[in-house]
Amino acid sequence: MKSSATDCLLDLYDEQHELEDYQSGVPRWCTGCGDNAILTAVQRLCRDEALRPEKTVFVSGIGCSSRFPHYMKTYGFHGIHGRAFPVAEGVKMARPDLTVFVNTGDGDCCSIGAAHWIHAIRYNMNLTVFLHDNRIYGLTKKQASPTSPIGTKSNTTPRGSYLDALNPLSVTLGVANASFVAQAVDWIPESLFEIVKAAYHHKGMSFVRVLQRCPEWLPNSFEPWMQDPDRIQLLHHENSLQLSAGLSKVYKNQLQHDPLDMNRAREIASSEDVIPVGILYQNRDIPRYEETRQTGVLRTTETIRKGFDAELDKYTV
Amino acid sequence: MASNKPMKKAEPGKRAGSSKSAPVTLSEHIVEIISDSGEGAQRCGQSLGSIAARMGNGIWTTEIIPAEIRPPARSVAGASGNRIRIGSKYITNGGDQTDLVVAFNEQVLLGRVRDRELKPGCIIFLESMWRKHSNINISMAYIETHDRLVAAGYDVRETPMEQECQRLNADPKRGKNMFALGMLCYIYSFDLQAARDQVALTFGKKGKSVIDANVKLLEAGHQWASANLDFRFSIPATPAKHPQIVTNGNTALALGVMASGIELCAMYPITPATSASHYLSDVFEKVGGMVHQAEDEIAACAFAIGASYASKCTVTITSGPGYSLKQEAIGLAVMAEIPLVVVNVQRGGPSTGQPTKVEQGDLMCAIFGSHGDAPKVVMAPATIEDCFYSIITARKIAEAFNMVVVVLTDASLSSSQQPFNRPTFNESWLAPPIDQSPIPEGARPYDWDATTGIARRFIPGQPGGMHTVTGLAHDRDSHVAYDPDINQESLRARSLKLAALQKTLTPPEVHGDAKGDLLLIGWGSTKGAIEETVDILRAEGKKVASINLRFLQPMQPGIKEIMQRFKKVMTIEVNWSDSPDEEIIDESNRRYSSLAILLRSRYLVDVDCWSEVRGQPVKPSTIRRVALAKLKK
Repeated sequence: MKSSATDCLLDLYDEQHELEDYQSGVPRWCTGCGDNAILTAVQRLCRDEALRPEKTVFVSGIGCSSRFPHYMKTYGFHGIHGRAFPVAEGVKMARPDLTVFVNTGDGDCCSIGAAHWIHAIRYNMNLTVFLHDNRIYGLTKKQASPTSPIGTKSNTTPRGSYLDALNPLSVTLGVANASFVAQAVDWIPESLFEIVKAAYHHKGMSFVRVLQRCPEWLPNSFEPWMQDPDRIQLLHHENSLQLSAGLSKVYKNQLQHDPLDMNRAREIASSEDVIPVGILYQNRDIPRYEETRQTGVLRTTETIRKGFDAELDKYTV
Repeated sequence: MASNKPMKKAEPGKRAGSSKSAPVTLSEHIVEIISDSGEGAQRCGQSLGSIAARMGNGIWTTEIIPAEIRPPARSVAGASGNRIRIGSKYITNGGDQTDLVVAFNEQVLLGRVRDRELKPGCIIFLESMWRKHSNINISMAYIETHDRLVAAGYDVRETPMEQECQRLNADPKRGKNMFALGMLCYIYSFDLQAARDQVALTFGKKGKSVIDANVKLLEAGHQWASANLDFRFSIPATPAKHPQIVTNGNTALALGVMASGIELCAMYPITPATSASHYLSDVFEKVGGMVHQAEDEIAACAFAIGASYASKCTVTITSGPGYSLKQEAIGLAVMAEIPLVVVNVQRGGPSTGQPTKVEQGDLMCAIFGSHGDAPKVVMAPATIEDCFYSIITARKIAEAFNMVVVVLTDASLSSSQQPFNRPTFNESWLAPPIDQSPIPEGARPYDWDATTGIARRFIPGQPGGMHTVTGLAHDRDSHVAYDPDINQESLRARSLKLAALQKTLTPPEVHGDAKGDLLLIGWGSTKGAIEETVDILRAEGKKVASINLRFLQPMQPGIKEIMQRFKKVMTIEVNWSDSPDEEIIDESNRRYSSLAILLRSRYLVDVDCWSEVRGQPVKPSTIRRVALAKLKK
């Protein structure tokens, strides 16, 4: 809407930053919390891509993961529970020149903010979204979340949770205009970083579900997968991520998957035994709402005066 | 029994004996056009209002809206139409009872009679086609109702509008409204050319053939009335010196958004607010703005907050239930000090309430809504013109103080039309460009001024201003803080901003006597009716006056001093209050209406109140009765 107007106010220059230029405060997450791994990957991304701190905004909702913006030395918006998406959409719509990230948790995104999640996929705005999915409510001290596996014992489900878990990947892949869907796990930093990077470079809403450990409330919940590398399935393709020698050595279960293949992506998303890691789906051709809504009309005082007067003419008697 | 014998008054032309007399001069008249939904009575009424305004008459039009989109045809609840009060002088409200009605069927009239909207003896032009309808139930219902209306003393004139339209090979379902418009233009001695011009403007978008067809119907109606009616009125007009525009409140509001420097409106459909967004959706893009229809009310508010945070102030437009849903997000904007304009076009509540009806029930919710102490500015436009200028003022306040500004209009303002001086665009209405200048080293994102609480806002893109805004308690660096002193300090700062704004306001204008026996206080759309009542009472020798409060939070200075000059003070509102006449109501349990509570608590003055929630604009005759009773007590 007004990117051209704001860009011309700014000096365009190249600037290098160090990691600490993006670091703010000492994260207050628990030792061993998967959020730390995501923070590290994202700060590395910012440095490697030389993102200008003043042109970068992290938007979050409420929950452990939503503390994320406080630990970035960029602009940040730590809002209200479940509403990170619409706030981020507003930021991006008003200022397409800003790089906007969204940090949301499994309660924030898949429960209280589920409506916004569905519609954010439809809008497909150029946002990089991290779903910090630890399958439990952390900040409110251990209640079952929509992604908790059935039978999860929590403070609200002391005899085990009653419902099957919601699969955020399947849901996202089921919504019109899904354009980038990936999954990462906090305990494989190399692939986490590569996925974060691919998500950042995608034009459209990139949705990255990061399975993360919660040592405080669900310790060992990913233990079976961590103990058995064969239960991690690395996705790769010439149009997608390529695997490094190091990763290939440890993780032998690899699947060549064309990220344009939606049907296959849905199958992969629904696998329960193995955790697929990589890009499930990517389509670069889905329109982005902030671009669809561009009219090309440059807002000047004269345009407004003319448009306003033309409207008044319609009502003048 | 089912006699089809034509009534004596069935053919007005024959009865009149074609004798033409000079028009009867009136100072004002109230005329209604009502039909089934979809028959175009709304458009006819709006056009009549605009034509009257073209003639220089004062007008106030009021929509008559059924709650459903397609209520059953010929039903009492299905009346759809418009009511136009036309006067020699400037008209500020819908007035009292109707003097003349054009009805496309008899059933829609019954609801108006039941609601006591028609003046005794009122002239009724009633579509006569139903008398000979092939369905015996319909013709019987028509005859029965017709006879009842005649017996009740109404001046019923059966009119063959359908038949006359068919004579022009026009589809009466679509064209009858323009025929009726032509009749009314004759009756009120309006210039036929002014009427043609208005029809051309109304159908401008649809092309010449549509305009021509409608003009033909208009002329036919005019001719028929001229040939068949034995009376004619004239309401002398004083053309305004300044060019006038005629819009309803929602259109004025949308024009205000366009002219205010706001670039984005985020909304979710809700009656009666949506028409403002419809209009904006049509025109806003032409000036580089946009309307975003969000997935829900909460998202609309959060989207607006996100856009405001990153650039200029935005607006979200809603009505009662949507306003309730937005409360948490509004609290966030208050806490993070992000400018935001929220328009609440109030309707009847609570819950889904009366979506199309007027009420002023959201005042407390606007001031005290959202949990915790969430100070925000609350304004209430009182006229259609106010709806326009309030948005410009609201945007400026929101950005000057980094506050949420709530603009309370209502279902009456939203759909009523009134002429006002055509605004002259002023560059100073617009917002300055987005500040992208570097933030000086050491500057803090919430550097609250010790006296006013105001802090400079850092906007993303400003180098050196990086910080994370949060809905959590925070210090001057926007760091999450649980320190008791910091919470005390930050709530103080946000509260002081209201006081700082209040210092810039001027006292409300007193309408009527500077001192006397009774002061009536209102807010919002009741202004016109209250002031008209004051004029009537003063003409009757009573010492009365009124004030209308444009700002409800903070309140303008000087209100207490004004109240103290009167022996009695009471508010007139369209919301709930317990009547002191109830058997179990006394001073220890009476619930006062909203403004009365606010005035009593703030000024320690014994403010009485009168209010009603009939879903209709309060009438001058009602206020007069209430005021006279209060004067006697």
